[in-house]
Amino acid sequence: MTRSDGWAATIDAVAIPVLAIVVALVLFGAFVAIYGVDPFAAYGLMFEGAFGSAFSWQNSLLRSAPLILTALCTALPARAGLVVIGAEGALALGGLAAAAVGHALDGANGMVTVTVMAVAAAVIGGAWVALAGALRYWRGVNETIASLLLVYIAIALFNHLVEGPLRDPASLNKPSTPPIADDAMIGAIPGFDVHWGLVTGVLLCLAFWVLIERTTIGFAIRLIGDNQKAARLAGLRLGGYVLVVCALGGAAAGLAGLYEVAAVHGQANASLLVGYGFTGILVSFLARHNPLAIIPVAILIGGIGASGGLLQRRLDLPDAAVLVLQGILFVTILASETMYGRIRWRLPSLVAARRPA
Amino acid sequence: MTNFTTPSRRSLLRGAAAGGLLAATGLPIGRAFAADLVVGFIYVGPRDDYGYNQAQAEGAAALKKLAGVKVVEEEKVPETIAVEKTMESMINLDGAKLLFPTSFGYYNPHMLKLAKKYPAVRFEHCGGLWTEGAPKNAGSYFGYIDEAQYLAGIVAGHTSKTGKLGFIAAKPIPQVLRNINAFTLGARSVNPNATTQVIFTGDWSLPVKEAEASNSLIDQGVDVLTCHVDSPKVVMETAERRGVFCSGYHVNQAPLAPKGYLTGAEWAWSGLFTSMVDAVKTGKPIPNLVRGGLKEGLVKTSAYGPAVGEAARKQADAVKARFLDSGFVIFKGPLKDNKGAVVIPAGQEQGQTDLRLESMNYLVEGVLGALA
Repeated sequence: MTRSDGWAATIDAVAIPVLAIVVALVLFGAFVAIYGVDPFAAYGLMFEGAFGSAFSWQNSLLRSAPLILTALCTALPARAGLVVIGAEGALALGGLAAAAVGHALDGANGMVTVTVMAVAAAVIGGAWVALAGALRYWRGVNETIASLLLVYIAIALFNHLVEGPLRDPASLNKPSTPPIADDAMIGAIPGFDVHWGLVTGVLLCLAFWVLIERTTIGFAIRLIGDNQKAARLAGLRLGGYVLVVCALGGAAAGLAGLYEVAAVHGQANASLLVGYGFTGILVSFLARHNPLAIIPVAILIGGIGASGGLLQRRLDLPDAAVLVLQGILFVTILASETMYGRIRWRLPSLVAARRPA
Repeated sequence: MTNFTTPSRRSLLRGAAAGGLLAATGLPIGRAFAADLVVGFIYVGPRDDYGYNQAQAEGAAALKKLAGVKVVEEEKVPETIAVEKTMESMINLDGAKLLFPTSFGYYNPHMLKLAKKYPAVRFEHCGGLWTEGAPKNAGSYFGYIDEAQYLAGIVAGHTSKTGKLGFIAAKPIPQVLRNINAFTLGARSVNPNATTQVIFTGDWSLPVKEAEASNSLIDQGVDVLTCHVDSPKVVMETAERRGVFCSGYHVNQAPLAPKGYLTGAEWAWSGLFTSMVDAVKTGKPIPNLVRGGLKEGLVKTSAYGPAVGEAARKQADAVKARFLDSGFVIFKGPLKDNKGAVVIPAGQEQGQTDLRLESMNYLVEGVLGALA
């Protein structure tokens, strides 16, 4: 161990992603230059659209809220060595459960209704993803494929119920469930134009970080992720942990569905299925499945989405431009994984001097 | 030439006056497009989709030619919080005063919410049904495109050799059923034995399923294909490749099927959009609910393709003339659904403004297919 091992790791953790983002932006600049657009104009507009004003900040934060929650659905199982990509299904069914329960409790106290809706969304979302975990543990089915196929089943089920048994007959040209009562709607955070899903997401990230990094349960989960055989030899009951991480992740994605219903749409319909679950996978991988890193990464992706409109409107870039940037980012960040521990940072003497002798 | 390095006292004074004038107008310098009326268009899909979005974008393109109007456009905006933020961004960052969120799902809750928040901005939505109690600065427009579909049905009925027509539809919702039924009634007005086989794909944009449906219909002997999906491109191209006729929807798709394209039911938004821009500029009121068909110029039919015969042209033109005098009703009794039940008794008519049409839940006799 060298003298500055801890510092080097910390600097790695901050500097490498930042460098990856810079490289991605440079590549993106070259890409827009091919389109005949001044890259610096594009950077300027992206900043303006994502973080240039209070409005832009709130726009980015609002877009990041569902991503934080769906990213947890991939991040938690990933710590136990599972690649789960089923957040979209948990979001769909969680949202549908919330809408159905919310409508059934029409007339009840708003707070009670919201609480029951949240429980329903979390339980259904959690159970759905736990199904992928159970298939993995007891039947040996690959959890990645299982969770993806469960997404398609969930969406088919969702469409069937929304267009059939749970359809509000008054929703003529856009089949939807009946609207929930106004007092069961979750409003915005006072003074902001951002709903409480953001706060929930941040709190869950903190809670899951503590769970993973600072508890014996988390230690067991990490051990399973690092070496399943060793974990088994140590006497850990793998099945329980696999189900728990999948269920917790699914519950987070289910809550994303709750907020789409109770804070945005007021009912469940096809507008819930816009790919938040899939973008969450990207966020989780970019954050290296670290719950704390999910927060800034989700805000970054939210910001890219928020700035996409300005790029289209002012520079006539196609909508796909932001997808290109997302793709480049994904590649540079994954490629930068190989850089950890390989860069010899020249530490300022100040840092070295401050270390206790 | 003026000497820039040593300005005379007079030019200094002039400069100061100009600066003062600029400051007095209070124009936020640096703010984009401050002088023009900024009009924002929001599309749910790509604006060159040969379909629904392109029809709106063609209307927007007409506005771009007007002096004093600046058009900003954003495509592929989902019907979520994203569209609320796009509208707000157009208002806050671009200074838009007139917005056209064009997709059905943008209306409730998104556009209504924003209309309450920004009472000085005018919102015009396509397809929604503005009702009393909704914000006064919001409005909705739509066209009776089933009139154009009825005419397309007449042409299809004349041209089809097998008497089997095919209709690829997204979802069994009233707007779509109205088109299927109108098309079928038009075809059966010339060939009482004609049938329309309908396939519901389940969503607005599923190109692979649409291609599969087209091929399977053609395999069953269908020789005229039409559709109601967001982008008819795949259906038209498949029909042309397989050597059958097709009838377009949303915009003119003749370039995609130069041989087999018969006609099509098209939107005609430019006139309406131009009048709305004029009204906003001059402060004239705009009706909150705008509806109209061929007569009002909100829909039209594509020019006839080379395969359309003289008899078909004559009859379609004759019925079109009756639509233009508003003397023609599509849905009138006796009308049976395809299970044999009477949906409109003899002697009754349901004109275009009849609200019962807005909740249509049947397929007329002659349509092969089921709703659930």
